[in-house]
Amino acid sequence: MSDQTQLHIDGQLVRVKAGSSVAAALRVVDGKGAARTSVTGQPRAPFCGMGVCQECRVQIDGRRRLACQTVCAEGMRVETTA
Amino acid sequence: MSGVAFDTCDVLVVGAGPAGMAAAVAAAPSGASVVVIDDNPAPGGQIWRDGPGASLPPVARQWREALARHANIRVRSGTRVVAAPASHELLLEDADGAMRMRWTKLILCTGARELLLPFPGWTLPGVTGAGGLQALIKAGLPVEGERIVIAGSGPLLLAAAATAIAAGAQVLRIAEQASFASVAAFGASLVRWPGKALQALTLADARYRTASRVLSAQGTAQVESVRLRQGDREVEMACDRIACGFGLTPNTQLGQLLGCALAGQAITVDALQATSVAGIYAAGECTGFGGSERALVQGTIAGHAAVGEVAKARTHDRERARWNAFAAQLHRRFALADDLSALPRPDTLVCRCEDVPFSALSACTGWTDAKLHRRCGMGACQGRVCGDAAQFLFGWTPPAPRPPLVPVRIETLAGLATPGDARQ
Ligand SMILES: Cc1cc2nc3c(=O)[nH]c(=O)nc-3n(C[C@H](O)[C@H](O)[C@H](O)COP(=O)(O)OP(=O)(O)OC[C@H]3O[C@@H](n4cnc5c(N)ncnc54)[C@H](O)[C@@H]3O)c2cc1C
Ligand code: FES
Repeated sequence: MSDQTQLHIDGQLVRVKAGSSVAAALRVVDGKGAARTSVTGQPRAPFCGMGVCQECRVQIDGRRRLACQTVCAEGMRVETTA
Repeated sequence: MSGVAFDTCDVLVVGAGPAGMAAAVAAAPSGASVVVIDDNPAPGGQIWRDGPGASLPPVARQWREALARHANIRVRSGTRVVAAPASHELLLEDADGAMRMRWTKLILCTGARELLLPFPGWTLPGVTGAGGLQALIKAGLPVEGERIVIAGSGPLLLAAAATAIAAGAQVLRIAEQASFASVAAFGASLVRWPGKALQALTLADARYRTASRVLSAQGTAQVESVRLRQGDREVEMACDRIACGFGLTPNTQLGQLLGCALAGQAITVDALQATSVAGIYAAGECTGFGGSERALVQGTIAGHAAVGEVAKARTHDRERARWNAFAAQLHRRFALADDLSALPRPDTLVCRCEDVPFSALSACTGWTDAKLHRRCGMGACQGRVCGDAAQFLFGWTPPAPRPPLVPVRIETLAGLATPGDARQ
């Protein structure tokens, strides 16, 4: 069993510790860890860390999910611009 | 075809935190079929969150093993409850699809969320809740070398600091809004709960300041500095991250949707943890926040009561009273200062989903007005962040929950339309 997981975030290959959440992986790919832009176009990043604020919504393998409550899986494709 | 699966159980527990785990383990020896639903990837709730940045305490492992030992307990992680489509039925969604679950007894152990209050700059990337930061770090967020300021109120600030320090962060300041006298009185009261006193000692930190609060976060694309008020002084510190939480608010949405009565902000329960609705029990922080020990004992009582073992349930009365008293201390000593409502400036966003500024809300007469005319609370979080904030800022009663409780996929909504008796 590997202690690392590789996934794609916005087309970029990212390597994180196995068991990391997608929210944690966002921070690895981009220093700010931004997940989406607000309705007026401001960057937003995971905020509550626990599935309440919905600010970490991303597309994961084509489905809209919460980055903070999704564990990274090998080969997963995450899009933050959706 | 709706594609919505159907399942059934005797006891359905919502939430796999300390309360939900204890409830399931107490109910299981009766032989009842028990299902535990939780939206996180693994059981443990807020306090026992597992991940590459967490080290689970032995007690958490013991509860997990206890859950696994009972063949009649099925745990469904990564699953959220989104609606109550029919009497004795809940609609669930996971990564793969939707399901309707029929129950005979229901135990709500939905826990609490952080109270997050608006201040200038709170929408910048790098600002999180205090417990939120702790949760993100446990799930692998790298914070090594980051300069972090933690602010807000309650013992969770110290727990978040300990997690951040263990992960290699530099915690510059822990700003507690309560006064020194209040925090000292809380500390002194801990002689009644020696385990807690020991915990407090290990968490005590030289960077801790009372009567202190965040004023604003500065930065362009992300947090670059924070302004704090410490007593009557103002200080500015360069930092990479600000974690700010003002205590906890019970998660009552599902209880309210099912018709359970509330007292203040918590679900009302009787001596057997029964709610005002027959067959529905509630335990843990959805009945008022007060720590994991209180959640465990309440969960145990609810689990026994739900399977009709009243005598067993009653043997835990004294222990519950002891932890209820602890909860009362917490509430009293970390009560929020009223003038925290002066933190937002006119252009500070209160509703982060719909980007509604404070100035647009201050003229509103209440929630309905704010919703209809300003779209406040109409976004994805459905008022769970701004609703709590508006209650604190303006005294508005939060919006009544509507199904679905969280944004769901179209396929899941089909489960609401399927008549309860036309199942397959
Ligand atoms: C972010 C955070 C961090 C905390 N950290 C600490 C700490 O380090 N030390 C400490 O002593 N206390 C901590 N606490 C306090 C803590 O909440 C309690 O002591 C304890 O976890 C309460 O147990 P509980 O079972 O009542 O609820 P919780 O542990 O909150 O468990 C409730 C569970 O139900 C799930 N849930 C809620 N609604 C739904 C739904 N509709 N569908 C599916 N699942 C749902 C939640 O995601 C959660 O997993 C923390 C609280 C928060 C909010
Ligand atoms: S960070 Fe708030 S829902 Fe994920």
